[in-house]
Amino acid sequence: MKIEVLGTGCPKCKQLAANVEEAVKESNIQAEIGKVTDIDKITEYGVMMTPALAVDGTVVSAGKVLSKDEIKKFILK
Amino acid sequence: MAENNCMCQEAGVLIFPCSGGSDVGDLSDRVARKMAKCGQAKMFCLAGIGAHIPGMIESAKAANKIIAIDGCQVLCSKKILEHAGFTPISFNLKDLGFVKGKTQVNEENIDVASSKISGGKIEKTTIRNSGGCCGS
Repeated sequence: MKIEVLGTGCPKCKQLAANVEEAVKESNIQAEIGKVTDIDKITEYGVMMTPALAVDGTVVSAGKVLSKDEIKKFILK
Repeated sequence: MAENNCMCQEAGVLIFPCSGGSDVGDLSDRVARKMAKCGQAKMFCLAGIGAHIPGMIESAKAANKIIAIDGCQVLCSKKILEHAGFTPISFNLKDLGFVKGKTQVNEENIDVASSKISGGKIEKTTIRNSGGCCGS
């Protein structure tokens, strides 16, 4: 599984990235966590509001700092 | 640098004109752009919603309010948004007195339509980068 945090690096993006790492750790799954900070690449995903989260290339959330538990719902589907 | 390009501000009010091929479709687009320029709403891409681009859909979900501006009673913008699961505040320019095929797309009509829309169901907002150009 590939999980990407989309955001230019503001505190909200960093918080989402931290929540993702925790969620992955607690879920005991193998996942590659990446950060997309380039604004052109972010908009290529169609994302207009950050931070955003993409799982296996599909954006599942934008404009929100998802909690650890909310992230788990996406990665344990 | 990152702070300047940050896209993490509150989504606020998003506006989706039908931007159709007719005079009133054109007017819907101009009205939305004027409202966006004035900071009353943020212009968004109806085509992206219609195409079900996940990033667009998820970004729109972050909005406090969603406004659809349609030029005529076919209500394409409203229906596209509803099809994607949104419940927009809907404005039909026909209801505001603009008749398809008989409407001039000029500054006067843009002003009349945008003031009717912003004076109706939406409140003023202080969305980012507002030029504050409306003065009303």
